[in-house]
Amino acid sequence: MTLPRHGRLWLLAALTAALLPQLLRLPLWFIPYCVALLGWRLAIDLRDWPLPPRWLRVLLTLVGIGGVLTGYRTLIGADAGLALLTVMLGLKLLELRSLRDAMVVIFMGYFVVAGGFLVDQSIYVGAYLLVNVLLLTAALIALSHPAGPLHQFYLRRAGLLLLQALPIMVLLFVLFPRLSEPLWGVPKASSSASTGISDHMTLNNISELVDSEEVAFRVRFKGPVPPANQLYWRGPVLWVTDGRSWNLVSRDFSPRWLSVPGQYDSLDDPVHYALTLEPHNAHWVFALDLPASVPNGITLNADFQLLSKRKIIARQRYELASHTRYVTGPLSDEMHRLGLRLPPGVNPRSRNLAAQWTHLPAQTIVDSALAYFRDQPFWYSRRPPPLGDHPIDDFLFTTRRGFCEHYAAAFVTLMRAAGVPARVVTGYQGGEVNPVSDYLIVRQSDAHAWAEVWLDSDGWVRVDPTAVIPPHRIEAATDTQRFLTTDAAMLIFDLGWAQHMFAELRYRWDAVNDAWNQWILGYNHQRQKELLERLGLLRFGWQGVIALLSGAIAAVLGAVMIYLLLRMRARRDALVQIYQHYCYKLTKIGLHRAPHEGPMDFARRVATLRPDLAGINNEITALYIDLRYGKADTATSLPLLRAAVARFHPK
Amino acid sequence: MATPLTLRQRFSLARFLHGMGAEAGPILLDRRRVYILPTRHGLLFGAVIIAILLGAINYDNGLTFALTFLLAGLGIVSILHTWRNLLGLRVEAGRCAAVFVGEQARFPLGLRNDSAEPRPAIILVPAGGDEVVHDLAPGLNWVEIARPATQRGRLKLGRFHVATRFPLSLFRAWTPLELAMDCLVYPAPAPQRGLPPGEAGASGSGGDKGQGQDDFASLRPYHAGDSLRHVHWKTAAREQGIHTKLFSGEAAQELWLAWDLLPGLDTEARLSRLCRWVLEADAVGITYGLRLPHRVIPPDFGPGQRRRCLEALALFGDKP
Repeated sequence: MTLPRHGRLWLLAALTAALLPQLLRLPLWFIPYCVALLGWRLAIDLRDWPLPPRWLRVLLTLVGIGGVLTGYRTLIGADAGLALLTVMLGLKLLELRSLRDAMVVIFMGYFVVAGGFLVDQSIYVGAYLLVNVLLLTAALIALSHPAGPLHQFYLRRAGLLLLQALPIMVLLFVLFPRLSEPLWGVPKASSSASTGISDHMTLNNISELVDSEEVAFRVRFKGPVPPANQLYWRGPVLWVTDGRSWNLVSRDFSPRWLSVPGQYDSLDDPVHYALTLEPHNAHWVFALDLPASVPNGITLNADFQLLSKRKIIARQRYELASHTRYVTGPLSDEMHRLGLRLPPGVNPRSRNLAAQWTHLPAQTIVDSALAYFRDQPFWYSRRPPPLGDHPIDDFLFTTRRGFCEHYAAAFVTLMRAAGVPARVVTGYQGGEVNPVSDYLIVRQSDAHAWAEVWLDSDGWVRVDPTAVIPPHRIEAATDTQRFLTTDAAMLIFDLGWAQHMFAELRYRWDAVNDAWNQWILGYNHQRQKELLERLGLLRFGWQGVIALLSGAIAAVLGAVMIYLLLRMRARRDALVQIYQHYCYKLTKIGLHRAPHEGPMDFARRVATLRPDLAGINNEITALYIDLRYGKADTATSLPLLRAAVARFHPK
Repeated sequence: MATPLTLRQRFSLARFLHGMGAEAGPILLDRRRVYILPTRHGLLFGAVIIAILLGAINYDNGLTFALTFLLAGLGIVSILHTWRNLLGLRVEAGRCAAVFVGEQARFPLGLRNDSAEPRPAIILVPAGGDEVVHDLAPGLNWVEIARPATQRGRLKLGRFHVATRFPLSLFRAWTPLELAMDCLVYPAPAPQRGLPPGEAGASGSGGDKGQGQDDFASLRPYHAGDSLRHVHWKTAAREQGIHTKLFSGEAAQELWLAWDLLPGLDTEARLSRLCRWVLEADAVGITYGLRLPHRVIPPDFGPGQRRRCLEALALFGDKP
């Protein structure tokens, strides 16, 4: 069976729409390649170009596969696989002959759409999903309708089908049992560049994040939001330094003690919250200092850091609890040694400064260092000047302008030089509360670094040297807010109604995104169970849920069926209906009107067979004939006929 | 109203495979007649959904779940649309024009779409033939199934399917039907031209006994098939019954086309020659009769005579 041209054109349009977002993600050379393939197909359909010869198709295939190989160095994995699928789809278009080929192409199109979701699941992509499915469905309809192009009809019918399929989709989405574990191997990481905190800190890399408004994660507290000075979101803990950069201890070797979960005694009730983490292509999960619960698939290490077993390549939602007041357990020898280690020969002036403090108690050393930052003209700057070969010395004695990482690194260097075990902790600090939906948004611009020192009485204690800089020495006005409040800076400064409205809109949109993340993307086994339990649907177990699901789908189908039957029903006119009702009444006493029998003949037959009915029978027939063929006035005679038929009760 | 089926009939495999036997029509395609099953594409679509679902489960990807369930919903809903596209259609048999062997017999079918909406892409599939696709507007639509006429006699339409795969081609709804409908197939006229010589005693010596078209001779009661041009309308108008005018003339001859004139040929060849003679005699407009073993058609002329003769040739050898 050959394909109708309008079907092929619809197919091409639908596939172009499906491929478009992929093309923007693939290496640049894909764009001319795919445009050429799609263009040739268009020329085939519009200008009757021939299908490309076999040798050319083979050549194009080799070029495509070669391109994927050079671009990705592999043919498997999410990105390379998607690229390969795109290439194959383009090529398949060039050998489109039968309905079967077209179907294969459409089904490959579904895979391309699904593949795109591994990379991006934003709300726009979700909306575009509907556009894609609408176009692919319209293409299927056009291909199933050889009689000719009725473009609007295809779109309308596709829309109708989609509308009727939506309730089924919602039911399946909510009720179809979700699994808690993947079916097979660990998904390959996507190559998309990570933003956010990294596993090391050189003086300046956090300051690259300060201007980024990108969301790092969102937090919904079960209870009041803790005060701003407790909102330290713990990320990688950095032990190892060469004087300029700071690294994870596991970067060089992974000591066994690191994987033993850290111990601490809590001094308050836990804070419960749900954290929705944007993908950052790394293992760590940010938690409020210090995490109290460890969800499935996550471990706690000796640094009190939560680590996901898998790289976080998709948005994830975690139910967490933390204690904000605590006393940590004893310090191991390895930690003690590591917590004092400084590279020899670097930053001599800083070490000399700290050497004056070695005889003091640890707490006094901490206070001395903080006092130094407060009393000397240190400035908090988003654009600190470059530093030389002894970066900490330059910062402490010369430039005295720096970002949180400068203060944290300098402080830890001073502590270690003074004999107090210390380490750098990176993560985020603060966040702003979305007043629309009452959750905390933590952005990349909230990235932060602080210090932890070991005090014999309290264990590891958080010290944030940046926080001691007095407000008048902070260059950017918004930065002063950071440690004081979670209210949005813009609302406090109140820069006029336009800005106010903009902020409002921004919060609303973020709230929509948050709902999307919570209910569409983050709807997993755990969430499903919670929801079903809250609705009381798990009372009969999963069998009950499946039964409910089947019943609800059957109900939707029943409604669709009724709609279709009503819509397709003939619009008979009232006169015919009344006469048919009359005939039906006669049928019940055994008098069937033959299809060829006119009303007059039928009346004559009825009169002969049942003389007792002749009177009313003739009246009805006369009225009907006069209405149908004569000059009777519908307004007056139709009610007469209706009344006559109504009182006609043959026995 | 359709008569209810017994349970045994309702679930009969033979009914599913072969339909319900030849029926007079019109036939309403109601619930018990319309079957529906996935097409090959539909099965593939199902496999694709399962594959995407597995991916969704493995990657725990919300939007992929949404896509899977949306496609599943589309598939399920399309079953109803496909089924509804066929349901309630009425099929009635039209009148088949007779053809000669070697021509295409055309079976007109009336497809009555009693709904207010058109029914797109309704497919007719004759047994062993190619699909024909039609869009049916509301109301009665006449369509044709063509079958090659290879043998004289009555060509039965046989079993055929009315089907549809609209809108998505994922499912196919169909009804096997057999309408009591046949097409009369005349023998193929032999290529040889020319009429046989007049048989002795057949043409009158007076020359004006026969029927020609030149001079009015007399009236006789109208037979079905007489040419309307020869109806005597004056008597009809006086309500004295319909009569046909008989003419006589010099050219009028009475010709007997007889089986016996063609010795030495086999049956079909003889019938072919006779067929050619009938056509030629009819074209010339003479009065002719047909004499076959066991059947004699008295001399007459006009379309009725032509039809009677060709029909006798077509059905030669059949039991009456």
